Amino acid sequence: MSETTVVEAKNLDLTFPTNDGPVQALKDVNLSIEKGEFVSFIGPSGCGKTTFLRVMAALETPTGGTITVNGVSPEEARKSRAYGYVFQAAGLYPWRTIAGNIKLPLEIMGFSRSERDRRVKDVLQLVDLEGFGGKYPWQLSGGMQQRASIARALGFDADILLMDEPFGALDEIVRDHLNEQLLALWDRTGKTIGFVTHSIPEAVYLSTKIVVMSPRPGRITDVIDSPLPRKRPLEIRDTPEFIEIAHRVREGLRAGHGDD
Amino acid sequence: MRSVLPVLSVVAMILGLWYAACLPMNIKGVLTEAERAGATVTPEGGKARRDMSEFALLVANGFAIPATWAQERPRLPAPHQVAIELWDTTVMKKITSKRSLVYHGWVTLSATLLGFVIGTGLGILLAIGIVHSRVMDMSVMPWAIVSQTIPIIALAPMIIVVLYSIGVQGIVPKAVISAYLSFFPVVVGMVKGLRSPDAMQLDLLRTYNASNGQGFWKLRLPASMPYLFASLKIGVAASLVGAIVGELPTGAVSGLGARLLAGSYYGQTVQIWSALFAAAILAAVLVGVLGLIETRVLKRMGMT
Ligand SMILES: Nc1ncnc2c1ncn2[C@@H]1O[C@H](COP(=O)(O)OP(=O)(O)OP(=O)(O)O)[C@@H](O)[C@H]1O
Ligand SMILES: [Mg+2]
Repeated sequence: MSETTVVEAKNLDLTFPTNDGPVQALKDVNLSIEKGEFVSFIGPSGCGKTTFLRVMAALETPTGGTITVNGVSPEEARKSRAYGYVFQAAGLYPWRTIAGNIKLPLEIMGFSRSERDRRVKDVLQLVDLEGFGGKYPWQLSGGMQQRASIARALGFDADILLMDEPFGALDEIVRDHLNEQLLALWDRTGKTIGFVTHSIPEAVYLSTKIVVMSPRPGRITDVIDSPLPRKRPLEIRDTPEFIEIAHRVREGLRAGHGDD
Repeated sequence: MRSVLPVLSVVAMILGLWYAACLPMNIKGVLTEAERAGATVTPEGGKARRDMSEFALLVANGFAIPATWAQERPRLPAPHQVAIELWDTTVMKKITSKRSLVYHGWVTLSATLLGFVIGTGLGILLAIGIVHSRVMDMSVMPWAIVSQTIPIIALAPMIIVVLYSIGVQGIVPKAVISAYLSFFPVVVGMVKGLRSPDAMQLDLLRTYNASNGQGFWKLRLPASMPYLFASLKIGVAASLVGAIVGELPTGAVSGLGARLLAGSYYGQTVQIWSALFAAAILAAVLVGVLGLIETRVLKRMGMT
């Protein structure tokens, strides 16, 4: 494990006890994520993508193996505010303005009032929502709400951003736009991003590393390091390199499926 | 505005039924009074009429119909009699008068409000305890439910006697009964409300490493507001019932409950009905005020 390793999972197992017997959500997962990487998790429904993200966030406890985040346990990493988590639904509080929602974690973490205001201004700019701080969530479109929820996760300087299908509910055009913005944001902030998606083009377009998973039990079947440059215009999706990686991801997914 | 017509027709129908009901209810009394005053009624003599049906009497004595709506102590007073009594005892009486319904209404209202505040406060505290502690969830909730299965009519005299024996009387015992009735809907509603945030919202707070207290103030409490208001509306009506019930067993001299009791002692049905209506109007106003506050608060919170 090098200085710059952010996440290191070794032989990770996680079994949920359920009424119909135990469900193995993760089996023998080995993965390391370096600082500044953009890692996508892709795989069919139920393959444990969300579960793995939640393990990194200390929302779920593995039943076997080890995992470290920033060199410490996920629990400790959370206490040191190592990551921001973006859920599939924006989950903004309807009784708070957009600025108020972004301030929520800042209030909880005890930032001063002036510091909160300053940060809200910064992150609103980062997600291209200047001027919307005073609006209430219902006054914003779905895509804007999701950007606001990303801003909320950015406000407190976490090095890691964990996103679970953040754009899953949005249409293709909005999604393209947000993907572009997300890449720009990643480039500017140098954060490490873990990103769950169902879409092969999205995974290939965004990632420096693509983790292909397969279900029953959830495990990693392929890890693809992308040769694409950091700066990626949308048109890159028509290049042969892009198509080749997408092909490999699709093969990986198909292989995972063939097992059952 | 389109709903005015249907509403008016329903009211007219109720009033019509009420007036019609006065006929059979009051005809025997009217005939007895008329006979005593020297009028000829068929058949003559109270004995002969006793076993006859009210409808036969009405048919035989058509002249007596208007009088069924104008008796001094009817079995069932007519709507206008109640309305006139209400008018006379509110607008036409000085508020300080012992016959003023405004005065009696205020006596009951003050106990209602005190009880409501105590009950709501207690209900919210219990709900917070129940939501945050499994032990309280298991131990308090069953008792809260049991408490509501005891008829308040049976419990009220005991509460009053016990409190009297330790020197507490006046508004407090009534407020206690009132609180007893109103805390329950608040507990049930607030428990539901405080538990209303979904797993994702709670997980989000966990990622911030938020304490239970922060989760309560920033998420659970605001999220519970719609539930709180729904319970408050039920609670305030229950409070009013409690305050009135609390006035019955003491032989209290003031309050709407006292008016009901005095009315039934002296056969003053008009007084009973006007006190009932005063109570109903009071309840409607209380619930209406809470509804207004609810609309404004929830609108400001973006939760409508
Ligand atoms: N809390 C839980 N209790 C029991 N089983 C669970 C729980 N959470 C997840 N699982 C099971 O673990 C497996 C992996 O679930 P997970 O949510 O990680 O899948 P996913 O890859 O995110 O799927 P999707 O693409 O549909 O979101 C599934 O079989 C699921 O039923
Ligand atoms: Mg998932």
